[in-house]
This record gives sequence, structure tokens and C-alpha cells, in this order.
Amino acid sequence: MPLVKIAITLKPTLLDAQGRVVQNALHSLGYAGVEQVRIGKYMELNVADGPEIDSQIRDMCEKLLANPVIEEYRYEVVR
Amino acid sequence: MAARFGVVRFPGSNCDQDAYYAIKDVLGKPVEYLWHEECDLKGSDIIVIPGGFSYGDYLRCGAIARFSPVMRAVQDFAANGGLVLGICNGFQVLCEAHLLPGALVRNEGLRFVCKHVPLRVENNRTKLTSLCTEGQTLCIPVAHGEGRYVCDKGTLAELHDRGQILFRYESDQANPNGSIDNIAGIANDAFNVFGMMPHPERACDLSLGSADGLILFQSLVQSVN
Repeated sequence: MPLVKIAITLKPTLLDAQGRVVQNALHSLGYAGVEQVRIGKYMELNVADGPEIDSQIRDMCEKLLANPVIEEYRYEVVR
Repeated sequence: MAARFGVVRFPGSNCDQDAYYAIKDVLGKPVEYLWHEECDLKGSDIIVIPGGFSYGDYLRCGAIARFSPVMRAVQDFAANGGLVLGICNGFQVLCEAHLLPGALVRNEGLRFVCKHVPLRVENNRTKLTSLCTEGQTLCIPVAHGEGRYVCDKGTLAELHDRGQILFRYESDQANPNGSIDNIAGIANDAFNVFGMMPHPERACDLSLGSADGLILFQSLVQSVN
């Protein structure tokens, strides 16, 4: 059964408060060269294969897995 | 004619009892709980979606609750002009269900904020705010970690132009979460669905510090009668 890897990220225009705090923490650890940190979600699903698999994944992302008002998604199907 | 309230309960809702108490014991109106698996709104005139952590806030706040069977009934009810008030997690559920525009995200300061805040009534020509005066300050408690309201520029302009912004935190300093334009509560474009992050049901009894929230429930009752 294919493994579907999905990454959900905040839209670039949205302030990522968590990412900013993590960036500050990295700087305090001495990694001055870190310019931006944005934190998202990563999911793995096992989805039954078929000709509809891509449209199903997009549906799942658009309806539930991501909030299209604030998030973007990308996915990869690993067979 | 008495206005009847229905208070929705999801697994993880925890402000349902406060809403029930405010409506039944303070306001003195009939109220019933609506379990999330039931599609029957029991003849309610006004639906309240209370605060809490429905489904543990898993995935995103309100993301899973919006697909509960009761929400199908609430969507139909709202489409037919029924009155719906979402408080805190309830506001999040309504945004996820696209009954209200925009979204609620993590507080800018990353802390859970729990305190009374001053709200300014921006529009008193709605069924939720009709008994308020425009510009009136209401002292209402907030208790949330993900209450920052966000929306794109086009949506913000529409909300502004149509008067859909019902409450703002009184100042930048009073804004507990970084909400765009200090927005604390909004209505949909048909003005029958309302969402607010502060908890008016926790401001109906002076022994809890403020009774400023009662006027909102009274406005809803008056609009039904």
C-alpha cells in the first residue's frame, strides 16, 4: 500500500510566532546564520492505491488535513 | 414567546456548563444540551457552540468538531437564518466550518492568556449587540492559547466595510493575542452567525467579576421575541 507523505505549512504571509522563538533559541545556541524558521506539520498516511489516489489526497488536504485559509500543503506518494 | 437555547457539546467541550448556567439560572430561559452525535436541534431558536478543547484541539482547533453530525444540522439551521453564537473554541469551529471567514491561530505571545479584557462594541445594529450602545466597553474574560484572528486583506476590508466586526479589544495593549485589527468578535455577512474569542457566559454573574456579558444574551433573546 503506498505511503503518502504530506507536509502542511503556514502560508508565507502569516506570522509564525513559534518559528520566531525557535530562531531566537538557535541564535542563542550560536547559530547566528539562521535567518528564518517556519514550523509546520508532517503526516504519513497509508492510502489504498488507485487512479483516484491523487485527487483523494488533495480532497483530504483541502477538507481536513490543511486549513486553506492559513496553510498550504504538498505531498509525495511513495510506492 | 420564550427564546429556546441549545448548547452543543463535543468531546472536550468544557464551557458548556457555564453557558447552560448563564442561560438557565441567570437569564432564566429554556436551554438544552445538544450532543455532537445528534442531528436534532430540539427546536432551539439560538445555538451556542461553547468553549473548550473539542477533540483535544487535535490537528487544529475545531478542525474535527466541524465534521460532527450536529454541525450538519447547525449548517442547515444557519443557512435558513437561524442564530448561532460560537464562543472561543466555538468561534474556531465556525471558522473551520466556513460559517465565518478567517481563522484563529496561536497567540502571538505564545502564552495561554486568562484575564478580563475590555472590549469595545463596534456595531450595535446586530441581534447579538442590539441592547449595547455603540462604543460601549464590556469587561469580559478571555482564556485561550490560540485566539489570534487572521484573514487576508480582502476579507478584512469586507468585514470592515460591511460592519461585520462586532467587538475589538479596546487598544493594542488590551489585545491579548495579536489579532489583526484587534478583532475580538465578528458576524457573517448575513448577520445571523456570530463568533467571539472572549467568554460572555463567564461574565453574567457579578460574583465572577463582571456581568457585562449578560447584555449579549439578552439581545439575542429580544431578537427572537
